[in-house]
Amino acid sequence: MTAITQIRRNDQPIYLDYQATTPLDPRVLEAMMPYFTYKFGNAHSRSHSYGWEAEEGVEKARAQVAKLIGADEKEVIYTSGATESNNLAIKGVADFYKDRRNHVVTTVTEHKCVLDTCRHLEQEGFTVTYLPVQQNGLVDLDVLRAAVTDKTVVVSIMAVNNEIGVIQPLAEIGKICREKGAFFHTDAAQAAGKIPLDVEAMNIDLMSISGHKIYGPKGIGALYVRRKPRVRLAAMIHGGGQERGFRSGTLPTPLCVGLGEAAEICMKEMDAEAVRLTKLRDRMLKGLNAKLPEIYVNGDLEHRIPGNLNISFAHVEGESLMMGIKNLSVSSGSACTSASLEPSYVLRALGVEEEMAHTSLRIGLGRFTTEHEVDTAVDELVHHVTKLREMSPLWEMSQEGIDIKSIEWAAH
Amino acid sequence: MPAAYTYLDHNATSPIRPAVFDAMVEALQAGGNPSSVHRAGRSARARVDAARRQVAALVGALPAEVAFTSGGTEANNSALVGAGRKRLLVSAVEHDSVLKAARGMEIVPVDGNGLVDLGVLEKSLAASAEPALVSVMFANNETGVLQPIADVVRVAHAAGALVHCDAVQGAGKVPIDLHGLGVDYLSLSAHKFGGPTGVGALAMRSGAPFASDRLGGGQEANRRAGTENVAGIAGFGAAAVAAGDGLATAEWRDGLEAALIEVAPAARVYGAGASRLPNTTCISMPGVRAETQVMALDLAGICVSAGAACSSGKVTRSAVLLAMGVGSAEAETALRISFGWSTVLEDIERLIAAWRDLYIRVTHSDIPRARAA
Repeated sequence: MTAITQIRRNDQPIYLDYQATTPLDPRVLEAMMPYFTYKFGNAHSRSHSYGWEAEEGVEKARAQVAKLIGADEKEVIYTSGATESNNLAIKGVADFYKDRRNHVVTTVTEHKCVLDTCRHLEQEGFTVTYLPVQQNGLVDLDVLRAAVTDKTVVVSIMAVNNEIGVIQPLAEIGKICREKGAFFHTDAAQAAGKIPLDVEAMNIDLMSISGHKIYGPKGIGALYVRRKPRVRLAAMIHGGGQERGFRSGTLPTPLCVGLGEAAEICMKEMDAEAVRLTKLRDRMLKGLNAKLPEIYVNGDLEHRIPGNLNISFAHVEGESLMMGIKNLSVSSGSACTSASLEPSYVLRALGVEEEMAHTSLRIGLGRFTTEHEVDTAVDELVHHVTKLREMSPLWEMSQEGIDIKSIEWAAH
Repeated sequence: MPAAYTYLDHNATSPIRPAVFDAMVEALQAGGNPSSVHRAGRSARARVDAARRQVAALVGALPAEVAFTSGGTEANNSALVGAGRKRLLVSAVEHDSVLKAARGMEIVPVDGNGLVDLGVLEKSLAASAEPALVSVMFANNETGVLQPIADVVRVAHAAGALVHCDAVQGAGKVPIDLHGLGVDYLSLSAHKFGGPTGVGALAMRSGAPFASDRLGGGQEANRRAGTENVAGIAGFGAAAVAAGDGLATAEWRDGLEAALIEVAPAARVYGAGASRLPNTTCISMPGVRAETQVMALDLAGICVSAGAACSSGKVTRSAVLLAMGVGSAEAETALRISFGWSTVLEDIERLIAAWRDLYIRVTHSDIPRARAA
């Protein structure tokens, strides 16, 4: 095994955006290399050894992915990523069973690709219930139970939120779905490889996985599709009939191999890594709290993956802060929408006020984050937040005890 | 695997070029999500944009007209669904990723050379006022036959129809020009000409209607949601830049065909009467099932195929050849040989020798004295 070498060059900013994407683990790259070069065959070519060799790589990787989530390898199909997995799972199951069931349940804090897919289903005549979440970001199980009916085809609730890192009570959700006869789909892009997942114990029927969120390559993901009891899907991409007809297209062998290797490494290192990252996260939070008043962590801190913090720095504009901390790569929310200046809909759903939502940063820690990087990041954040607050009349007023919300601003 | 293995199945997949490999490894190591605002994200974005210019240049498109996908299959599906036309007319020899992309398509027949029947196309289009999309491939994956795309466009546009062209087997092998051809949509795949698997593109004429059925983060100007496969896209760009380098000319193909026909005068080259890709030969070995040929050649260290690589490993008769009017027993004897950037003349000589050995061996045992020499 290759030793993990430092990924970052010294002139590069410190990468603290592990929920947007993760660096490729050098061990994963090494596993992929032969399949880029001398093992380049088309995994679907059945007539010669180049094809067989590629197929062997693809199937070994499929088993590695299956093992990570307690599934059988026959239940794992490759996709081009979690967006496709989510589209295929929700639309595929809704389309297949539409004659019997026409209701979908999801939450307001799902990833955009789930919400957009649900909106599309509404246009197609489905009814969609968008469940609120509690202030800590977790779904209320009683509210869920009340929402699922005998017309519900699928409940789609993400395992871990991409902005605030909170972990939904998957086993409990799975139990409710099973009782009510609805399929349970979970977008596990942010969860797989980071927390233990077991499709059997959690009664999960469909699960989306992404390669590049688990130190694997971009352009590859997987969808778990339960076989017993069998979940059926209408395919979205048709053609050569690969992936048992669920998903046509030549499999990208090196990417599949990379996903498998990434899954195996995550599985092996998950426990130790969780301990290490929790320590680093606590160190960061403690460091910030020691020097900065009025900072607030968004989302439940206990039911949360170790590698995520989402913090509101009161009276500091998140975008200005990001401009200041040039040496840190962080984001103000999900990467997909990070170019827009809208406040995060996830934070708004937790009841975070618009002004406060604008002051938030998502800080993602991961496999290659070091204690030194965390300390440097704390120093930079403290420096810039303090500086920005010193320039802010709002901060001054709030320090003087003025309730800013009570101010009536005169129009100019 | 012996180093001397001869790979002549480039229409299934082509090994990646060294420059592609370098571009990909660099991108894989650099990381970054192109949608992120910070430096890591911006550098990933820059890679994607550079590759978009390179791929656009390969097919004479503007960079903004290119949307990256996970491959040719997705590009084809996406075009046929995304164009938003209910009426779909496709040629009988299209790839399954076109034929199965939607239900209720109208099939336009081809002639004995595999060329789409323009008269039938024109008549079918005139038969209904419903706005249509016509999908005809640039080059066939099994025979290499080049379709008269400019004529298809002329007929289709005159009838108010949009045109999609699956150029997966043509791009990177022969010059293609989106605007010169006049097509509205053009599907591309990287791994058929030295780029990586897992990436392709749909080039669309600016102004052509398009609504993706894949929803999410709004990447690729809302034409294809999902975090971009940055390394794959970078590799695609590098393959586009290198596309013409070291490609065999039609002379090699013609020499191969002449040599095989000399061995077996009854051997038939499919689509021989049409313009074809310079890299593809589809030829029968009289009386010998393709399956047998493929296995024997594999034992001799040569990779070829009996048709498309796609589906499940079942050896089925080629729908392409049947559509060209080839009898089903004869279609079972057709072999596909396809060259690429890594092919050298010695590969072709080895194939000719192995093919000759096999033919003599088999015909001697099955048809006594068929070839006394």
